[in-house]
Amino acid sequence: MTNTWQDIKNANVVVVMGGNAAEAHPCGFKWVIEAKIENGAKLVVIDPRFTRTASVADVYVPIRPGADIAFLSGVIRYLLEKDQIQHEYVRAYTNASLIVKDGFGFEDGLFTGYDEEKRTYDKSSWDYEKDDQGFAKVDDTWQNPRCVINLLRKHVDRYTPEMVSRICGAPQDKFLQICELFASCSPPDKALTSLFALGWTQHSVGAQNIRTMAMVQLLLGNIGVAGGGMNALRGHSNIQGLTDVGLLSNAMPGYLTLPRDTEVTFDEYMKTRLFKPLRPGQVSYWQNYRKFFVSFQKAIYGAAATADNDWAYDWLPKLDIPLYDIIAAFEMMNKGEMNGYICQGFNPLQAFPDKGKIRAALGKLKYLVVMDPLDTETSRFWENFGPQNPSDPASIQTEVFQLPTTCFAEENGALVNSARWLQWHWKAAPPPGQAQADIWIMSGLFHRLREMYRKDGGAFPDPLLNLTWDYINPVDPDPEEVAKEMNGRALADLKDASGQILVKAGQQLDGFAQLRDDGTTMSGCWIFSGSYTEKGNQMARRDASDPREAGIAPDWAWAWPANRRILYNRASADPAGKPWNPAKSIIEWNGSKWVGLDVPDYTAAAPSENVGPFIMNSEGMGRLFALDQMVEGPFPEHYEPFESPSENVLHPKVRNNPAARVYADDRANFGTSADFPYVGTTYRLTEQFHFWTKHALINAILQPEEFVEIGEALAKEKGIEQAGWVRVSCKRGAMICKAYVTKRIKPMTVDGKPTHVVGVPLHWGFTGQARKGYGANTLTPSVGDANTQTPEFKAFLVNVEKVAAPVA
Amino acid sequence: MSNLQSQDYIRISATTLTPPSVRRHEQEVAKLIDVTRCIGCKACQAACMEWNDLRGEVGHFEGTYDNPLDLDPNTWTLMRFTEWDNDQGNLEWLIRKDGCMHCEDPGCLKACPAPGAIVQYANGIVDFISENCIGCGYCVKGCPFNIPRVSKVDHKSYKCTLCSDRVTVGREPACVKACPTGAIMFGSKSDMTAWAGERVIDLKARGFENAGLYDPPGVGGTHVMYVLHHADRPSLYAGLPDNPKISALVEVWKGFLKPLAVAGVALAAVAGFFHWITLGPNEVQPEDEAAAAKLINDSQGRT
Repeated sequence: MTNTWQDIKNANVVVVMGGNAAEAHPCGFKWVIEAKIENGAKLVVIDPRFTRTASVADVYVPIRPGADIAFLSGVIRYLLEKDQIQHEYVRAYTNASLIVKDGFGFEDGLFTGYDEEKRTYDKSSWDYEKDDQGFAKVDDTWQNPRCVINLLRKHVDRYTPEMVSRICGAPQDKFLQICELFASCSPPDKALTSLFALGWTQHSVGAQNIRTMAMVQLLLGNIGVAGGGMNALRGHSNIQGLTDVGLLSNAMPGYLTLPRDTEVTFDEYMKTRLFKPLRPGQVSYWQNYRKFFVSFQKAIYGAAATADNDWAYDWLPKLDIPLYDIIAAFEMMNKGEMNGYICQGFNPLQAFPDKGKIRAALGKLKYLVVMDPLDTETSRFWENFGPQNPSDPASIQTEVFQLPTTCFAEENGALVNSARWLQWHWKAAPPPGQAQADIWIMSGLFHRLREMYRKDGGAFPDPLLNLTWDYINPVDPDPEEVAKEMNGRALADLKDASGQILVKAGQQLDGFAQLRDDGTTMSGCWIFSGSYTEKGNQMARRDASDPREAGIAPDWAWAWPANRRILYNRASADPAGKPWNPAKSIIEWNGSKWVGLDVPDYTAAAPSENVGPFIMNSEGMGRLFALDQMVEGPFPEHYEPFESPSENVLHPKVRNNPAARVYADDRANFGTSADFPYVGTTYRLTEQFHFWTKHALINAILQPEEFVEIGEALAKEKGIEQAGWVRVSCKRGAMICKAYVTKRIKPMTVDGKPTHVVGVPLHWGFTGQARKGYGANTLTPSVGDANTQTPEFKAFLVNVEKVAAPVA
Repeated sequence: MSNLQSQDYIRISATTLTPPSVRRHEQEVAKLIDVTRCIGCKACQAACMEWNDLRGEVGHFEGTYDNPLDLDPNTWTLMRFTEWDNDQGNLEWLIRKDGCMHCEDPGCLKACPAPGAIVQYANGIVDFISENCIGCGYCVKGCPFNIPRVSKVDHKSYKCTLCSDRVTVGREPACVKACPTGAIMFGSKSDMTAWAGERVIDLKARGFENAGLYDPPGVGGTHVMYVLHHADRPSLYAGLPDNPKISALVEVWKGFLKPLAVAGVALAAVAGFFHWITLGPNEVQPEDEAAAAKLINDSQGRT
């Protein structure tokens, strides 16, 4: 989230698209209700089915799964055409005026630089026109046709209301009604908030779905303001923390990136991470990258990381492919290229696409270690549970180790919530049986592995032998020690220019501004710096006072970065430093400094210095044109899901995301609408949380058994009765369950044809207290978002047939 | 469930005792369920099961999100979901938390023949006192909302207590505490009525011109009230009675027949007494024994 949960109450319009906040985030949804009741807000829901969020919405519009970019591009077109944008904001704070290089273009669904064979782009033309000093050229009058705003206008021109309706299946009048509601938030004192989740990410164009909405928000001047922002509602209580500490194969803590194998030396690595400002006088905060990186290396390698060995750069793994994501990992496993798997806090047999492939791949492993508080399906993949898990144990040689772990209530630690708050929590109960904390288990593994390397050597033992492990009890490090390490401390006396000591050696740092690239500081995750200072554990703060009831509560827990609650909050004030909306001011310039409720997301610069508010970007501006940051193009474009009943009416030859990675065997497993005519989409229900709560009796009672949801029209066509049994199939597999015949899913007219949606809730498996189910991933295709590889769970092809009840 | 002090009683089933009513000074309470801000998450249902320690069976999917499918001795509150195409052709998904309405004039209490099995407290809560319950099921017949359920295990009748055990010690009912969107509120009946009025103004501004408070006069008003978008048509909400009244049978039984019946019983006693003093006690004859044995056999065969 750019903003906070509480801040939602400040919105004038709440748009829930690409998510289902009421069902998936019922507790946080209280702030939407608060916005409605206390702020007179309108709630808009755009979703393929009428959800429980829609049940309390002011306006609901249906949309075909996988057509969000077309819808939102149509909104952008409307805003530009009707001139309903916040002009001063767009001119001053976005790259609308910057001029794009001659040579950049878009034709027939492809941007310039496409290599069909490699399915990648040469992105050199996706850049600004630059002057002699390397600064981007600007035309504030927007006369130059190559200004970003003019290129954008041209790009979205195809998304007329007719075209939007044709692609999305949303009625034109409803679409225009939504456009008007968006436009109502273009005045400086009005704010629209976007709440989204996996409904946007789980598409082959997932990252671009979100980007399109972010562009809408920039045009409306809604980023950085109270009641605005792009608010990703995170699914797990600590999934924000997972990305923050870099638990992805291409990431390091604090959004640093792992080197590629082409970056042989530290200098080469740093060359593409200098982030030189693209406009004069801009902050371009990533210029500090080296400080964050060196401090991280000092945190993990301690004294062994020195200037002479380039801070142990050589000990970092180097990527030979862009990403070892879950789809890549299981592809390798299935081919026998990955033989062991430590599965910590994950249930791939339920959560990863194409269950049949996942089951087969697990069966090819030599060993599988499952660390989980629950008896997961993954840990029992080898066992025959009937049609819901038709494994043959005799043919599976995988050795499975189940290591029961504690759950959050059985340990101390911090969870990072959607609003980037690190909230410390305390152990409430001892764990049952032999369950142990993950830290204890990982420590045990580490010590044994290190001992083996020490004794027996190995191809490259240095990265392991040199790891620091500086804990009071090395066998069971205290979570507080780990937290302190993340925050960072001084390794030598830190002095200012005059020689005055700022931080004594050994003291905790106050924040990441104190980090150095000379090895005198360490910090395990620079964005967490400030969370555990000499003043103590900031994450454990519990002062709920909220000045002016603005939804900021600055002394409750601690938010990264720097306890800042609303990101880009400099943009909540106009270029002169006066709040756009004085009634909901966050920070402002008082003539000599920035003051307000939140920590300014800015430097101390006066408004007259023209420092842009988006200090992480090298031009200091919000990007309507994304340069080379996205793999499939600097502007979002509508591409059909990889399994879709529709042609791409905009460019039939480029139907799907041209930059998405698809493995050959997965592509062979894609079905066509001739065999599988209906659009499947997966989702969650309030009563259950993923595959966990079915282990709890109360949740099992509240939503006991697997089902799919189909519309009345389709049910009639197929002779399916309410709660009758159906077989839902795709090219990859089939499930047999009951059907919920509902008014909440209605056929949509897409490109003149009726399109039926089949909804597949995903909670049931074969362990736990609820009734046995197949799991929605029996049906989902193995293809991911081109940027992140998040699997395309929200749009695929299925068939539905009436069947007899299975014999019990 | 919970047996408060008898000083709290203002009404007691099947007894001619005058309740002490010494706590008449207590404020009447009410739970206000604002269905227009309810998201059907069932946190209230889960909280009810947790607080009252109730666990039913893991059921089946039955073509609805109503789970369990109906109220039962282990399910004292239940979300009921109704899909309704409104007059403008737009779909509305009406979600109503069902459970005891705690009527001001409780039909269950009136119908109950077991002394002290159903009581009403000064704060308005209608409570079942299980140890006095005989499991006859008259309360089910007497309830205009079809709420009480008789357990097949212990033959006692059960329903929502409005968490009388929590309310007595100054806490809100469990469902109220658990509700994430503030759709369930609890307080004095007058405060809840006033708040409902504000909600109705907001709803009318959003186009629900028939929005209103459901506090049906046919049962003297209720201590569980709803804010409805369509207060002109309560039955849209999974059959919420448009104009609930205590069954005429109960009224007849309590109002007119009961004195007659009591007189009948008294008359029989008097007649019996005269029979005894004039003719002596009845002796049990062998044919009486045989008839009794047959009766027992028949009744066992039935169950």
